[in-house]
Amino acid sequence: MKFSTYDPGEFYDELFEGIGRPRRGSALLLRKFASLPDGELRKRQQAAERVILNMGMTFGVYGSDEGHEQIFPFDIVPRIVEAPDWTLIDTGLRQRLRALNLFIDDVYHEQKILKDNVIPSELIYSSKGFLKACWGLNPPRGIWCHIAGIDLVRISDGRYYVLEDNMRCPSGVAYVLEARQVMKRTFPELFEAYRVRPVDEYPSRLLETLRSLSDLPDPTIVILTPGSYNSAYYEHSLLAQKMGVELVEASDLVVIDGSVHMRTTKGSQRVDVIYRRINDEYLDPLVFRPDSLLGVPGVMEAYKNGRVAIANAPGTGVADDKAIYAYVPKIINYYLAEEPILPNVPTYVCWERRDRDYVLEHLDQLVVKATNEAGGYGMMIGPQASQQEREDCARRIQADPRNYIAQPTLALSRSPTLVEDHIEGRHVDLRPYVLQGKGFYVLPGGMTRVALRKGSLVVNSSQGGGNKDTWVLS
Amino acid sequence: MLSRVASSIYWVNRYIERAENYARFIEVNLNLSLDLPRGTVEQWEPLVATTGDHEMFVARYGKATKETVLHFLVADAENQNSILSCLLGARENARSIKEIIPSEMWEQVNRFYLMVRDAVTRGMSHHDLHAFLADVKAASHLLWGITDATMSHGEGWHFARLGRLLERADKTSRILDVKYFILLPTADEVGTPFDIIQWSDLLKSASALEMYYKRYGRIAPDDVAAFLILEPTFPRAIRYCLIKAEDSLHAISGSERGSYQNLAEKRLGRLRAELDFVDIEDCVTRGLHEFVDHFQARLNQVGEAISETFFVPRRVHYTESVTEEQ
Repeated sequence: MKFSTYDPGEFYDELFEGIGRPRRGSALLLRKFASLPDGELRKRQQAAERVILNMGMTFGVYGSDEGHEQIFPFDIVPRIVEAPDWTLIDTGLRQRLRALNLFIDDVYHEQKILKDNVIPSELIYSSKGFLKACWGLNPPRGIWCHIAGIDLVRISDGRYYVLEDNMRCPSGVAYVLEARQVMKRTFPELFEAYRVRPVDEYPSRLLETLRSLSDLPDPTIVILTPGSYNSAYYEHSLLAQKMGVELVEASDLVVIDGSVHMRTTKGSQRVDVIYRRINDEYLDPLVFRPDSLLGVPGVMEAYKNGRVAIANAPGTGVADDKAIYAYVPKIINYYLAEEPILPNVPTYVCWERRDRDYVLEHLDQLVVKATNEAGGYGMMIGPQASQQEREDCARRIQADPRNYIAQPTLALSRSPTLVEDHIEGRHVDLRPYVLQGKGFYVLPGGMTRVALRKGSLVVNSSQGGGNKDTWVLS
Repeated sequence: MLSRVASSIYWVNRYIERAENYARFIEVNLNLSLDLPRGTVEQWEPLVATTGDHEMFVARYGKATKETVLHFLVADAENQNSILSCLLGARENARSIKEIIPSEMWEQVNRFYLMVRDAVTRGMSHHDLHAFLADVKAASHLLWGITDATMSHGEGWHFARLGRLLERADKTSRILDVKYFILLPTADEVGTPFDIIQWSDLLKSASALEMYYKRYGRIAPDDVAAFLILEPTFPRAIRYCLIKAEDSLHAISGSERGSYQNLAEKRLGRLRAELDFVDIEDCVTRGLHEFVDHFQARLNQVGEAISETFFVPRRVHYTESVTEEQ
């Protein structure tokens, strides 16, 4: 296979610096590809897809009933992150999460940041992620967000920007682990030649983080899943298996005498730490939603009394509100007296008069997002939307400005991707995972999502996105 | 083991066994109607009567014909006990414990479900129906073979066997009951060659004909009943099912045989002991249908006690799993 004609075009390319010219860290990979006989890459792609099928690696898409499980689309051309780039990401993420953790703690206690007028208090109180029930709470070690997934994008200037903070229940790490397994089978020879930093220790690091939430020498830890219909159920069961902990549904848990127990065939067994994969509002019907069948009645009371630890702590959603995101550079500045290492994408907060006017005038150039939606739902991409869609969007913004932000359409970097029997550039983003327990752990790698459709900028798996393995070089 | 997980394993097996036995019900009726004397009208109503869903059937279909009854028992998604519904239920339960059971088990449940779904969607001719019923039985046997050979014989496996055997005990009693509902052209025909043919059709549908012959050598109504109810070594006989189910129950709770730690063990132990100390004359004197009816009620109580003892997570679920017709 030849790539001397591969053209990165106007975009930043993750593997090439110019036409036919690989970057330093990619040269070996591309030489290897070039040495393969015609059709070999395609064969390996098919072999990898068979492995994925047999592993039963699936994801669910909301709103499609029959056959809602789909095989995860995967591309065998890895994305390479060179060591200096990773060092920057790693320190930038630690900085960001340190600041966000201080922010959440402050918001539920003294609210100094509001008193000092760094962030308008109305913005906090109107955030759906801000929970009155968490007022004054002191989670173990003062840590609120134990597991974060921060979405990064790289644009034409070659810099990494933070696009979104996922501080509630970030998903996708199972695909990182499985993608690596698949790649090791697909290109064993490359793993010998490259020094790719391992990702396999994630489950044991996660377990360590969860154990750090309890003072007991051997706490009972469970993963709380909404059930097998959830789109991330595959991940929940994979993590439970790899950590050797029980995977429970809310109906498996019950609060007895102020403590949380799971119902087993031998009676009830005390639970000390819950890694919950359900949203705050479904945790406890007594506190949040009386109509919910999903929660565990009384779990919040047990949590407040320190009888059970919950990761992530309830209430972290306030920090991944997309309007509050716009203030994170100020938050870093305020708590750490540092400049952000990883910058934000320029963001217009429709709640602010001036920003709103700008957004409404430039809808055809902007991407509009709802502040409390994730997974690409509730998004309007201006340049691709019809006149009608833009008008509808404008009406929604005017009706509820607090609920919307807008960002310029970004020229996301591209990474070479196998298309039939050759490679073409496709847009990518990157979601690294950060654990915070006794210390920080940043998983070296992360989920590289790729928009498989030519020209598409949407990388969400629910909308035609796929995955690549991310190789962080040491 | 989590109660929910135990409950799912148990129900996968009950549903599959139920589907298998519905195939057997239909088979016995097909065979019986083939053997009817010329000029007799085919009887399909008795089949519905034995399933215990007669009321629902009448409300939904009215008249019992071959077509309506077959649709009701095989393909009706509204009937929670139809073969299709059983496979749906088994698959949903298996899916929620996919990471706990051996993958071969899940794959077989999934294949079984797809086979039934495709057959139902396609529709079946008379000829297809026979092959389909045979496929259902074989798929159920294969699943049990896989379970037995790939799952550790620990708590989970015992819940699987418990589900299988309690369901089978119930359904064998119902197969026996078919004979009660089948109307003979005249009462004089009891004991005639025609009556004998019916009894052997019955044995056939419980896969019991050959084993029965080895034991008794000739067909006699009381012996057939004795074999299907009291035989301790034949795996589809009620007594065998209860003995092994009781073994599993004791293996789960770790208590001694001959004692009990919970309501489930108490009830099942008593029911099994009753069969240990009864002979077929006792059953027949009382009336076989009455005996079967009484037995089914007692067996349902065992099922309820198992739910209460081991599963019962919340009230909603409680009422669901207590109901025999889940």
